[in-house]
Amino acid sequence: MIRYLAERIVQGLVVVAIMSFVIYGLIGLMPGDPVDLMISANPQLTTEDAERLRRIHGLDRPIWERYAAWATSALQGDFGYSRTFARPVLEVLGPRLANTAALMLGAFAVALMIGLPAGIYAASRPGSIADTLVNLASFVSISVPTFWLALMMIILFAVTLGWLPASGLPTGPAGFWEHVRHLILPVATLAIVEAGAYVRYMRAAMIEALRHDYVRTARAKGASRTRTILGHALRNALVPVVTVMALSFGGLFSGALVTETMFAYPGMGKLIFDSIMGNDYNLALVALLFATILTLVGNLIADLAYVALDPRIGLGTGPGTERAR
Amino acid sequence: MTDARRSLGIAAAATLATLVVLAAAAPLIAAAMGHDITEADLLQRYEPPSLAHPLGTDELGRDVLLRLLYGGRISLTVGIVAAIMAASIGTVVGLLAGYFGGRLDTMLMRVTDGVIALPLLPLLIVLAAVDLGELGLPPAIAESERVSLYRIILITALVGWTTVARLVRGTTLSLKSRDFVRAAAALGAGHVRIMAVHILPNAASPIIVATTLAVGQIILFESVLSFLGLGIQPPLPSWGNMLTNAQEVIWEAPLLAFYPGVLILITVSACNLLGDAIQEWLDPRAVVRR
Repeated sequence: MIRYLAERIVQGLVVVAIMSFVIYGLIGLMPGDPVDLMISANPQLTTEDAERLRRIHGLDRPIWERYAAWATSALQGDFGYSRTFARPVLEVLGPRLANTAALMLGAFAVALMIGLPAGIYAASRPGSIADTLVNLASFVSISVPTFWLALMMIILFAVTLGWLPASGLPTGPAGFWEHVRHLILPVATLAIVEAGAYVRYMRAAMIEALRHDYVRTARAKGASRTRTILGHALRNALVPVVTVMALSFGGLFSGALVTETMFAYPGMGKLIFDSIMGNDYNLALVALLFATILTLVGNLIADLAYVALDPRIGLGTGPGTERAR
Repeated sequence: MTDARRSLGIAAAATLATLVVLAAAAPLIAAAMGHDITEADLLQRYEPPSLAHPLGTDELGRDVLLRLLYGGRISLTVGIVAAIMAASIGTVVGLLAGYFGGRLDTMLMRVTDGVIALPLLPLLIVLAAVDLGELGLPPAIAESERVSLYRIILITALVGWTTVARLVRGTTLSLKSRDFVRAAAALGAGHVRIMAVHILPNAASPIIVATTLAVGQIILFESVLSFLGLGIQPPLPSWGNMLTNAQEVIWEAPLLAFYPGVLILITVSACNLLGDAIQEWLDPRAVVRR
């Protein structure tokens, strides 16, 4: 177990290292470099000044040398300064991470509360009208563009009805409930686009579980249908569901990025988008790496959960070799 | 397959076919209506639906219906072409990994797992923001409007091949020790021939299902990137970038924000429904979707 965990963590670190280089390279390929930005901010800089600045900042050196310099200071805990915030990168990241966590956890919880019962109910009555309706709703949920749903929510609840604020977090001091009020639309948007997938996982897993002999035995011994489903089948059906949920973490993060951007919600996703758009290289790099690490951790949890919940499955040799995909 | 599911699948196929035909016929429809998509008329902004403009006009007085049709051409082209490209990459990777096994398999699957583990949307945003001029492309090409189309196809295909790779690898692994494959090898068939003639046709059904589902996913990615200003660049219309403009005039004309999104929703739902229906039809027990 510990060996497996260590192996996975080493693999994850390798992925992070490779990704840091790839992202570093890609960011170098984006339009403009820091000196171009200085020139546009201060037109009095001459061409010689620009040359000198490039030398000072090491921009005339080849990319792998610059990457090595960045990586060395990053390993020492120095991730540089954010250009747009004029503060150390990690200081900018911290509060954003908390906001994103609130959004994602809220949406995840709501999606679970809708998705699991709906999936179980549909599975217990396959082919019924309720099943068809749940099925259609889940198709709409997995097919709706997140940004458009956010737009429609804003039009309906903020513009037309005026019930809820259209954006972000309250400005200035505000009570807890004011915070919650601002969170309703973003959380609802993200929950709606996530819930459909959970319904589908849950329904499929439950139908599979209900086929087993032990379910028939339980029914034959007189257990009620509800009791068979909740007491016997659910435990087994949850194994694959928990796994795919942990795996859907990356998708949840992508959804959070769009939701945050649409609602001007100050989280990680919006930070990534803004830093890329605003040529804030240091910040973009670290934020993207952070997102990668979070996704990797989600995948690791998925694999561990799979093993922990189903004792018949041993730890595979490689990541995801035995995953229920 | 239950009747309800079957008819849903058929309805999805019919919807997709209609959308493709309408999008393909966009220039003909434009000619029949006597408009041009680029034709702006600032005296006729935000016109309500009329005979001349069935869905009204937008903030520049352009015909909304025509722009939707032309946008559909772009979005459907991106979805279908990128999905086929992604499926091709995935098929090659999966075949090589499954057939040759060993170190090649380990390496290819590590790469696949690595790509699966990435947060896709942030990565796509970075890829879409790369300045092609810096890659050494001549400015004339790097800044032409068609390039935004090719770029979005390329980058979505680059991140979208992993599902097919896994499926094809799995099928190849289970097929390569089967008797008909060993017979072919004994008769002197080369590796390429065995993979192309004996293994690939048997892996066709999961590939078809995964590709159908991928069309919808890629259209979603295209629309969000275009919406954020990183995908298809105006004046080329796509459903995503039509929503960028619509968002700015949400007070004057909320319906402009409604139409493109509904079309995306219908198209992607149809792809998902069709993918599921094909899957049940070809192989009721297999589960392709993760």
